[in-house]
Amino acid sequence: MTADNADNRWLLSLFIHAAMISSATMWPGGAGAAAASTVQEIAEGVFVRQGRTAVLFEADNVANLAFVIGSRCVAVIDTGGSFAEGRALDRAIGELTDLPVCFVINTHVHPDHTFGNKAFDRENVQFTGHEKLPRAMALRGDTWLQRATEYSEAPVDGSHIVLPERTVDSEVQLDLGHRMLIVKAHATAHTDNDLSVLDVRTGTLFPGDLVFLEHLPVLDGSINGWLDELQQLMREKYERVVPGHGPAHAAWPAAARPTVDYLHDLREKTRAWIARGGELGKAQEAIEAARPEQWRLVEQYHQRNVGAAFAELEWED
Amino acid sequence: MNRRTRWAGEVESLRMALTALVLCAGVTQATTVEEDMVWTGGLRSAYFQDREIHSDDLITLEAPQRAENAAIVPVSIKANVPQTEERYIRTVWLFVDKNPGPLVGKFHFTPASGRADLGLRLRVDAYSPVRAVAETNDGELHMSRRFVKASGGCSAPASSDPDAARQQLGKMKFLVHQEDGEEQASAVERHSPTHSPSHRPTLAQLMIRHPNSSGLQMDQVTRLYAPPEFVEQVKVSFEGEEIFRAETSFAVSENPSFRFYFAPQREGEVTAEVIDTEGRQFRETYRVSPVSGEIAARP
Repeated sequence: MTADNADNRWLLSLFIHAAMISSATMWPGGAGAAAASTVQEIAEGVFVRQGRTAVLFEADNVANLAFVIGSRCVAVIDTGGSFAEGRALDRAIGELTDLPVCFVINTHVHPDHTFGNKAFDRENVQFTGHEKLPRAMALRGDTWLQRATEYSEAPVDGSHIVLPERTVDSEVQLDLGHRMLIVKAHATAHTDNDLSVLDVRTGTLFPGDLVFLEHLPVLDGSINGWLDELQQLMREKYERVVPGHGPAHAAWPAAARPTVDYLHDLREKTRAWIARGGELGKAQEAIEAARPEQWRLVEQYHQRNVGAAFAELEWED
Repeated sequence: MNRRTRWAGEVESLRMALTALVLCAGVTQATTVEEDMVWTGGLRSAYFQDREIHSDDLITLEAPQRAENAAIVPVSIKANVPQTEERYIRTVWLFVDKNPGPLVGKFHFTPASGRADLGLRLRVDAYSPVRAVAETNDGELHMSRRFVKASGGCSAPASSDPDAARQQLGKMKFLVHQEDGEEQASAVERHSPTHSPSHRPTLAQLMIRHPNSSGLQMDQVTRLYAPPEFVEQVKVSFEGEEIFRAETSFAVSENPSFRFYFAPQREGEVTAEVIDTEGRQFRETYRVSPVSGEIAARP
């Protein structure tokens, strides 16, 4: 240790500060808050544990989680933002069926969808993700573990990162017993590792964070890719979708409209800014979100989205 | 340990060391004295020994107070004096005090730069002072400082699309911008005594496709930290005369972008040369010509 006294004092003050934050910031809806009653059956054998719109890490139940029950076993689609949230989901499943969980599907890498994986990390549960999910987890997991630890009472360590055993580069079918799920890998869109899941029996699509409602869309992949993927999905007919954030279910393709409109407007404004030779920092200050009244968390995520869109679109020819 | 579970023990100690480096739970109440501890505690003397540094307005550093994406924090340096043969800014050092490597880069200018302005994007790992120190040709040092709160305080996560940068590695774009009204007015105001309108410095931008990776990200296959791989040297010249040169670190964001000025007074060729830590060299040339009072560039 080469730190001098000044550095030690600095670190100490950080630790004290961190301890104060974590004791003051409990995770609402954490351990114990969940029971079967918090889960709703939106179609036959399809259950959703609805997330609440909040900033990543400030709550551990931000994302919508789901499970589908077949005649042989259960598939879980996203596991929540903490071990406790994953546990709560696991318990809710146990209250509804004696069948075991056989698949966990992570729709993408973000910790609000994957940090509950640990609660399902046991024999005979096969984790499934996009072929680029392992890399994204490995490269970015460390950053998020630290962030989660800042907010959590219990340390959030590497065991929370559970890599997929089966990766998907185009499409696979998962058999739950008289019930097929079709898992599709998408090109870079919301992230570079997005999956969507279709429950064939009920026509329910789980598009993960390709579809946002209420919670402002967050761009962490490619704005062009995202609009392309949504355009393709919107040509398909589904009975309903379970958006990654927002209500437990919504009609298709209407549910995609707000995300498409926001991204489309962001792309046009950003392209115009780039064409005029404007710089990224000023664009972040100047470009406003379309219809901000229909979204929450605009303050937290819009500027970031402008930066991400700018960094991508400035390379267009 | 479950074989699917990552972070084997062998990297645990390294990870803890890194955690300490980037540990940065919200230090929101720190005073300037506390904020500047890295600078006063050794960074300053490592680069400038006991030389006098003026904290004045020779240059102005602009940076967001709060950066929403710590991997792309836009900063700019505005020089408040023109570049003349007699007196000019020859070097600007840029630091993010609390980054694992505080020096972002050294940027060199000449009288041919017209203005020693600079715009670029940084990775900021912690709530940290960002500071620019300019050295004039007579050896004086002048500093401008801002405090930046990177979102979440801590971390500049890895690229969201590593393949995109990799596929086009080394591709460059060179642009000249017609400034918008606001910038033009301030430029004229700042430099009217030295530049006639037709020889007003032109805002140029060099963009380089490069992952510019820090080496602080673990490779999931090898379970090791991938070696850093970033742009180390950038040189831009006009008709053989250097107008902008930089030595840079991984603190420059992925796909490095540099905005700077030059004052072409005739048609000519701009050459951009880039060398990265792997020893790869990239070189492109562009034709620059004044078109009806405005400047245009083409490959």
